[in-house]
Amino acid sequence: MLGHYFELALRSFKSSRGLTILMLLTIAIGVAACMTTLTVYYVLSRDPIPAKSHQLYNIQLDAQRLGNGFQPGGEPTFQLTRFDAEALLREARADKQVMMTGGGVALTPEQSGERPFTARARYASADFFAMFEAPFLYGGGWSKADDDSEARVVVISRELNERLFGGIDSRGKMLRLRDKELRIIGVLDRWHPVPHFFDISLGSYARTAEVFLPFSTAITLKFSSWGNFNCWASVAAPEVRGLSAPCAWVQYWAQLNTPAKASAYLDYLKQYSDQQRSAGRFERPTNVRMRSVMEWLKVQQVLPSDVSLQLWLAFGFLAVCLTNTVGLQLAKALRRSGEIGVRRALGAPKREIFVQFLVEAGSLGLVGGLLGLALTGLGIWAVRQGSSDYAKLVQMDVAMLATTLGLALLASLFAGLLPAWRAAQVQPALQLKTQ
Amino acid sequence: MDLLPILATLKRHKTAAGLIVLQVGLTCAIVCNALFLIMQRLDRIDEPSGMADQELVAISTTGVGPSQNPEAQTREDLQALRAVPGVQHVSVINQVPYGGQLSMSSLRLVQDENAPGVSAAAYNGSEQWLQTLGLKLVAGRDFEAGEYVDDGAFSADPDSKLAALVINRALAERLFPGLDPIGQQVYGLGSGPTRIVGVVERLISPHPGGNEEMNRYSMVMPVRQSFRGGAYLLRCAAADRDRVLKAGIAALDKTGPGRILREQKTLSELRAAYYATDRNMVLLLVGVCLALMVVTAFGIVGLASFWVQQRTRMIGTRRALGATRGQILRYFQAENFLLSGLGIVLGMAAAYGISLLLMQNYEMPRLPWSYLPVGALVLCALGQLAVLAPARRAAALPPVAALRS
Repeated sequence: MLGHYFELALRSFKSSRGLTILMLLTIAIGVAACMTTLTVYYVLSRDPIPAKSHQLYNIQLDAQRLGNGFQPGGEPTFQLTRFDAEALLREARADKQVMMTGGGVALTPEQSGERPFTARARYASADFFAMFEAPFLYGGGWSKADDDSEARVVVISRELNERLFGGIDSRGKMLRLRDKELRIIGVLDRWHPVPHFFDISLGSYARTAEVFLPFSTAITLKFSSWGNFNCWASVAAPEVRGLSAPCAWVQYWAQLNTPAKASAYLDYLKQYSDQQRSAGRFERPTNVRMRSVMEWLKVQQVLPSDVSLQLWLAFGFLAVCLTNTVGLQLAKALRRSGEIGVRRALGAPKREIFVQFLVEAGSLGLVGGLLGLALTGLGIWAVRQGSSDYAKLVQMDVAMLATTLGLALLASLFAGLLPAWRAAQVQPALQLKTQ
Repeated sequence: MDLLPILATLKRHKTAAGLIVLQVGLTCAIVCNALFLIMQRLDRIDEPSGMADQELVAISTTGVGPSQNPEAQTREDLQALRAVPGVQHVSVINQVPYGGQLSMSSLRLVQDENAPGVSAAAYNGSEQWLQTLGLKLVAGRDFEAGEYVDDGAFSADPDSKLAALVINRALAERLFPGLDPIGQQVYGLGSGPTRIVGVVERLISPHPGGNEEMNRYSMVMPVRQSFRGGAYLLRCAAADRDRVLKAGIAALDKTGPGRILREQKTLSELRAAYYATDRNMVLLLVGVCLALMVVTAFGIVGLASFWVQQRTRMIGTRRALGATRGQILRYFQAENFLLSGLGIVLGMAAAYGISLLLMQNYEMPRLPWSYLPVGALVLCALGQLAVLAPARRAAALPPVAALRS
C-alpha cells in the first residue's frame, strides 16, 4: 500500500509543480540554515578531550591585594602567579599537574635556508603531554629531571617537522631558537584540540604551538611569553616574570582521577591559600576555584555568542518555513477534497487517508532534505571562507549528515500532520454531492 | 467597505487564516530584532577611530637574537623610514589599533595604591605621534621634547616618573567631570604624579567594541618604544600606501637585516579584518530577513490563490449581482490587511519577548520602540504586495465562468 501512496504522492507533485517546488525549497532552505548553524555550534562546543575532561581541573587562586576593586566571592584572577604555580607543582598533590604559558620565539631554520620566523611556543612542565593526551609520532616529552635542570630540549609539532625536516624522525637534531640551540627529543602527531582549552588566553580557537619546551628552560633563556598578563602593583618590566612579581600569567591544571581525590585537592588548595594569607602573601579571604574542562569553557564563555545567536535565528527561520509548508499543504489537501471523497466512498477508512497524506509529506521531506544537504554543504563552505578564527575548523561529519536528513523528514512529517488530519476529516457524502 | 462578510468567511477557514497570522507574526518578531541587531553591528563597524585610517601603514619587526642596543636601532630605523619618499610622518607606538594586542593601565586620582582606579588603553607614542596618527587635539598641547623617555629606561625602573600625559575626551570626562582636565594630576604611571597636558577628541581602544566601560578610555604616554615591543606607523597619502609599505620594509631590511617582519599592513586593512565577523553577521542577518520575507510572501500567495480558487463561485455570484472588479480586488486586499494586522500585533508582542530574552542572554540593550512600527510597515506592505496577484486574478474572473462551474 505504501508503494501505491508514493505513486499517488508523485502524481500529486506533478499536478501542482509550482507549489511542490515552493514547498521543497522552503523545507530545504530552512533545514540548511539550521544545519549550517548547528554544525558550527556542534564543532565549537564539543568536548575537546572526552575521555578525561572530568578529570582535568583548571586551578585559580586569589593572590590579588585587598584594594584593586575587591568584591567578596568574586572571580579570582584568571591565572596564577609564578610563585603559586611553582609551589603547587613542587608539592605535587594531584595525580598529574602542569604549569605553563604560551609564547613566541624566533626560529632560524638552518636546514632549509628559510627566513627566520616567529614560532608559536608552549612552555610547560613535564606532565603536559600525558595530561592532555598529546599524541607522539617520534620520541616523547621531557621528564621532571629535565624541568629541574632546565634542559635544553624541545618537542616539535608534526607540521613544523615536515616544514623543517621533511617529516623524518628528527630526534637528536638541534633546533635554533633565538640564539640558542635546543635538542629535539620528540615529534608530535597532528594535534589540534578545539577549543584550545588548556590556554584560552591566546584566543579560544588558537592554533596549537609549534615548539614545546620546559617552562624553566624558557624562563632562564628569557624567551618571550604571550597571553594575558595581569599585574596589580607596579613592577619593573624585566621583572614581571620574576618569581615574586605581583603578576598572574601562568596557567595551572591538575589531573585528579577520582571525585574523592578532587574534593581532597580542593581542601588542599584552601589550606594552601590560608597558609599564604597567614604568611602575609595573600590579602584576600580564601577564594579558590577548581573547574573541570567543560565547566571552565562555560564560565569563560568560550563559545562566541554570535554562534548561539545564529542558531536561534536559524531555528526561528525554520519555524516560519514550517508554518509556510503547513499552510501550503493544507491548501493542497483541501483542493483535493473531491478525490478524497471518492476514496472514502469506495471504502478507504480515515486512517488510510491520513497515512496517504503523511507519506506525501514524508517524501516531500526526504527530497527537501537531500536538497537541504546540498545547501548545507554550501553554507558550511561559506562559513569556512569567513574570517573568524574558527572558520577553518568547521566541517560536516556523518552524524551531522544523518541529522540533516532526519531533521528534514521530521520537520516535514510534523508539518504534514495537520493537513493530513484535515484531509481525513473530509465528508465523502458532501464531496460527492457537490461534484 | 463592509468587514462583516470578510470576517464571516474567515471564520470558516480558521486554520488557514491562523497559519497566515502565525507566519506573519513570527516573521515580524524576527525581522524587528534582526533589524535592531543589524543597526547595532553597523554602529560598531562605523565607530570612528579618531585617526587618519586611510593614510596609515603599520610595520612591526622583531629581532632574532637579543639586541644589544634596541634604542639605537630604533632611532636608525626611524631615520631610514622618514627618508622614504612619500612618507609624511613616522612614529613608533606600542600597540596598533585593531592589531590584536591590548595594553592597559589603571589611573588613580590619589597616591594610595589601593585607591580605586580607572582602566584605560595605554598607548606609548614617540615624537610626531600626534601628526602621524592624525588625532585632533581639543585642549592643551602636544608633548614637549624634554618630556619623552625611552621605554627601556622607564619600564625597567619602578621609581621612574612620567611628566606628561594626553588622554581622550571620554577619559577626561570620566576622571574630571565638569573640570578643566589640563594641568590635573593622575597617579599610576611610574611613581609620582603625571600631569595631563592635552586632550584629544577621540582615540579608539586597540581592541574596540566590548561593552565594558573601560573600552572607551585611552591615553598616550610620551614613551619611546623600541622596535622590539612596538610598531612603526607611517603616514602618507592614501594613494601611496602600498608603495610606502614596500619601500618601508626594504628600508628596515637595510638598517637591520635578518629581522622577522611580524605584520605589515595598512590600517584600513587591519580595521577591515577586525570587523570582518561583524560584517559577516550583518550580511547573514540581512540574508535571513530577506529569505523570511520571501518565504512569507510565497506562503500568502499560495493560500490566497487557493482561496480564490475555492471561492470562484462566490466571486462569480457577487460579480453577477453587480459587484465591480475593484470591489472584488479590495475584498481580498482587506482580508489580507486584517490577517497581517492581527499577525503584526502578535508579532510585536513576540518581538518584545525575544528582545527580553536577548537582553538576558546576550547583554543586548532593549529593542527600541521605534523598530516596531518599522517592522509593522514592512510586513503590511509585504502582505499587500503578495496578495495583489491572486486578488487581481480573482477580480478578473468573468461572472459567467463562476456560474458555469
